[in-house]
Amino acid sequence: MALDTAASTATLDVVAVRADFPILGETVGDKPLTYLDSAASSQKPEAVIRALDDYYRRYNANVHRGIYQISERATAAYEEARHKVARFIGAADNREVIFTRGTTESINLVAYAWGRANVRQGDVIIVTEMEHHSNLVPWQIMAQERGALIEAIPVTDEGRLDLEAYDRLLARHGGRVKLVAVTHVSNTLGTVNPVREVADRARAVGALTLVDGAQSVPHGPVNVGDLGCDFLAFSGHKMLGPMGIGVLWGKRAILEAMPPFNGGGSMIKRVALKESTYADLPNKFEAGTPSTGDAIALGVATDYLTALGMEAVRAHERDLTAYALDRLRAIGGLTLYGPPTAEERTGVFSFTLDDIHPHDLASILDEDGVCVRAGHHCTQPLMDRFGLTATARASVYVYNTPEEIDRLAAALERAKAIFAF
Amino acid sequence: MDSFYRENIMDHYRNPRHRGRLDAPTVSHEELNPLCGDMIHMDLVIADGRLADARFDGHGCAISQAAASLLLEDVVGKGLAEVRAYDRDDLFELLGVPLSPARMKCALLSLGVLRAGLHAATDNGGSAATPVVAATADRAGSRSG
Repeated sequence: MALDTAASTATLDVVAVRADFPILGETVGDKPLTYLDSAASSQKPEAVIRALDDYYRRYNANVHRGIYQISERATAAYEEARHKVARFIGAADNREVIFTRGTTESINLVAYAWGRANVRQGDVIIVTEMEHHSNLVPWQIMAQERGALIEAIPVTDEGRLDLEAYDRLLARHGGRVKLVAVTHVSNTLGTVNPVREVADRARAVGALTLVDGAQSVPHGPVNVGDLGCDFLAFSGHKMLGPMGIGVLWGKRAILEAMPPFNGGGSMIKRVALKESTYADLPNKFEAGTPSTGDAIALGVATDYLTALGMEAVRAHERDLTAYALDRLRAIGGLTLYGPPTAEERTGVFSFTLDDIHPHDLASILDEDGVCVRAGHHCTQPLMDRFGLTATARASVYVYNTPEEIDRLAAALERAKAIFAF
Repeated sequence: MDSFYRENIMDHYRNPRHRGRLDAPTVSHEELNPLCGDMIHMDLVIADGRLADARFDGHGCAISQAAASLLLEDVVGKGLAEVRAYDRDDLFELLGVPLSPARMKCALLSLGVLRAGLHAATDNGGSAATPVVAATADRAGSRSG
């Protein structure tokens, strides 16, 4: 897949990109804003902000069945956004793209709707030790309800999936394995996982694969056909779009066979007092008023990223990652987690520095205008795996520069000096 | 920008006052913030209506540990009524630098432990012969990196 094989020489004009993001002109006290927390949420380009503003100022109306012009316009824009998202991830059919509130809701949709209909007592769901809580807890809830077993693919010392252990799990449980839930890219380590291999081996025992694409879809070319998975979940707000909108892509035949998730308006064909028939895809999974403006703005975000070129996005981040790995490793006392080279990871850097608590690090960095995250990053099992309670995490995106990595490094040196006496 | 990590705070973090354990506390209490791993344990000795002695032990960020040191330095020896009236603003004043909302909970951990310990001691008659461990937190989750 292109995240780990891209050898593109495509380039990205980061000065021009930065000019598109109004927030990057902000200061923190007298320091420039150095935003290194895009793995948590990305910033928004002017075009996305304008799309939201335009929707609410000029054609805000509920979608579907509004027999007036601004509702028809909102409906058309909403469905056009679905088409843009489908094209962005290489989906063959717009109906395979379900709008949700985000990755978390997308995964819950599958765990509840698919899980209740397909998982029986004694069945097995395989997760990995590096999953975000959003790709663990929904499966735990469903497995408890269904009497199923959760197994986990362990993580190696360098932060990779142990595929031999995965093979042993598949051999042990065989046809009882119903689904493998795996993240494409670790939100804590930046590891790019070989999801194609994971999915192929799952299929060989008759299991489906759900890929958490929250940290991959924003950062490089992702094509659902190449991934070989059955479901892909991702969030709008990590890919330059608004919060409150996300996507579940699923293979049409599987989605069609699934019972609904939420019940309510829009997801029905005909409702009587005691029973109802359900709408066709994608409406079957979109009960209630959708977040129309957010979906439209997400479509604009995919336009923006497509114009940059996802190969160029990946190349930019790979170069920045190589630079950051060198700069961070040069800081004495800093321990960096995850794979050693930029080729096998994205621009997510989890680290600890001497015995300084990550929250203190983040506070000191904040005094220099440098925004990083500190904590368990919603990956407590992975923290346990490495014997940690917390790390500091810096992460980059299309608008970040080597100078910002230098600022991070300088702020870390200042933290060391404060804690040195 | 005025750094929170000033000499006074770092001094209390590196050279904490009243750190350790007591052999015969009136009451012991500890709390853990599971999200960041900050942990504070306190042993309190209550005698003659005063907080006669106190020690804290624990681990976590500089703010949580320095706040515990500053707090005990200020309250040990004072009358119980005065210690009980101690509130978050008193603690923030002691720290001397405005804290962001995200870091306030780090500083307030020690005050919460002190208050809960005093409350448990009062419930127990104020001079329990046997130390009361009012709460124990799982220490296995402590930071080791």
